[in-house]
Amino acid sequence: MTGASGTELVVDGVSLIAGAHRLVEDVSLTARTGEVVGLVGPNGSGKSSLLRAVYRVLRPASGRVDVDGADVWSMSARRLARTVAAVVQEPNAGFDLTVREVVAMGRTPHKRLLDGDTLEDDALIRSALAEVNATGLAHRPFDQLSGGERQRVLIARALAQQPSLLVLDEPTNHLDIRHQLDVLGALRRLSATVLVALHDLNLAAYYCDRLYVLLDGEVTASGPPAEVLTPELLASVYSVATEVTVHPRTGAPQVTFLPTST
Amino acid sequence: MTASAAGAETGAGAERSVRTSRRGGARQAGSPGLAFTLLALAVLLVVSVTAGLAIGSVRVPPGQVWGIVSHALGFGWSTPDWSGARETIVLDVRAPRVLLGAVAGAGLAVVGTALQALIRNLLAEPYLLGVSSGASLGAVAVIVGGVNVLGQVSLSAAAFAGALGALALVYATARTGGRITSSRLVLSGVAIAAVLTAILDLLLLTTDRGNEARAVLAWTLGGLGGVNWSTLWLPGAALLLGIGVLMIQARNLNLLLAGEEAATTMGLDVARFRARMFVLLSLVTGVLVAAAGPIGFVGLILPHIVRLVVGGDHRRVLPTAALGGAVFLIWADIAARVVAAPTEIPVGVLTALCGGPFFLWLLRRDARRSTDRGES
Repeated sequence: MTGASGTELVVDGVSLIAGAHRLVEDVSLTARTGEVVGLVGPNGSGKSSLLRAVYRVLRPASGRVDVDGADVWSMSARRLARTVAAVVQEPNAGFDLTVREVVAMGRTPHKRLLDGDTLEDDALIRSALAEVNATGLAHRPFDQLSGGERQRVLIARALAQQPSLLVLDEPTNHLDIRHQLDVLGALRRLSATVLVALHDLNLAAYYCDRLYVLLDGEVTASGPPAEVLTPELLASVYSVATEVTVHPRTGAPQVTFLPTST
Repeated sequence: MTASAAGAETGAGAERSVRTSRRGGARQAGSPGLAFTLLALAVLLVVSVTAGLAIGSVRVPPGQVWGIVSHALGFGWSTPDWSGARETIVLDVRAPRVLLGAVAGAGLAVVGTALQALIRNLLAEPYLLGVSSGASLGAVAVIVGGVNVLGQVSLSAAAFAGALGALALVYATARTGGRITSSRLVLSGVAIAAVLTAILDLLLLTTDRGNEARAVLAWTLGGLGGVNWSTLWLPGAALLLGIGVLMIQARNLNLLLAGEEAATTMGLDVARFRARMFVLLSLVTGVLVAAAGPIGFVGLILPHIVRLVVGGDHRRVLPTAALGGAVFLIWADIAARVVAAPTEIPVGVLTALCGGPFFLWLLRRDARRSTDRGES
């Protein structure tokens, strides 16, 4: 799907501040070439903020974000956009754009101002749509799609950008189970490096090579899912009782939440 | 999508994708669909210009209009069998007026289109946001202050400054937490327009140049009368500059529709782009207001109708809106001359008469959609 091979992401000692509020404190994280790295943690733990620093919307107060060894703030938004694509959580109106036109936006960083769409662009747009099972939506108005359909189209738009690093903020929100599996499966197949914030711990456990657990803006644990997802850690991070088993068929850790008794 | 539909996609993939790509191509810039629309509008524009030259207190038959125009352009196929008075009416009275109508209509439609993308709100329009009021105030300050040394140019420059100031103010007021809601946008637009108009009225009432004040008052209603060939070049140049730059930036305008963060991740430096475009749009608005007064709602109505016809891609919307706006304002001006003849109604009054209800309808639709999405 993506022409470019993966890239290496290094987040080094990043702190993010909004006003007097500290969003993220001294976070370091790496995603090696081709890895799928998951970011988990409760609401408000700083996942989205950290991702925004990676896709160069939030400038760190200290620390740096390097993509293939270059600080993302040392390059233009346009240059970075040829390497890094993102699926963000942001209300968006389509202004009567069709799905195809929305996905075609992803080609913009590869285009000069007066370039038209080429056959190659057309092919990339179609394969991006096919990747998220949205070929049939191509000519629908974006505004009329359901939440899940929109989400898939936005992922297709990011794929059309041919990124070697793909950053996604809760891409499975609004999706039904089947499309959650489809989308995460598609991310797994990419040769690009993927950094993804996820709510669902079991999906994170199955699809990610490594996980970082954020709590109150700090990394409290990191490593392969089997090492990170322990009842002790989940109790301290989410304040819930869990049982973690290894699923007999997938081999991935399986988290079962236990209702709080008494 | 249902599971079976998704299955069919992979099954009949090859055939389906060929069909898809053809239909996909049909909505790209330069395709027959767009070309046809633009051609039809161009023909309509020629018809409208002819009508604008023919209709009025003295009626000139269309054939004669063409004779006079082609003769003036230096084509020898018509023999002058018309009176000099008619030639004057067509060439010196009506032609500049019709052309200014076309230029102003195209300009306002294009400015409205771009403003809606830049502010990411479908209710944005130069008149509603107080941008036209800012331009008026700038121009009137120059007239009343008597520092009108360079004539039209200084008038336009002051209008440009006023427009830019008003736009920056409305934008800063309406924006909270990186978002602009329709209600805040409209409210701050109305408030700022009210203040600017009040200052303008104050200037007019307290000036000792009574005659000029009355002329200015008529001008603030928006009208195409009183234009002549020597004052037409500046609006024309501003329009060409505006359309040219916006067409070059059409892809980037599209990106803004995806949201500011998303646009950044697709390579657009949003803050810088928006600042530059604000300057350009204020320039076009300022020059047009200086020439024709504040004419409202053209920038609101046209983009909406055009998007319904050609979709939302700015490479398609901008040229279509420009032609459509030109046609629209020419006819609005014809109506302004004819409805209450021999009295002439300011064309701005007519466009407000059409635009007000349209705006209310949009406002209601916007509110309904927000409720559907669970936004406030």
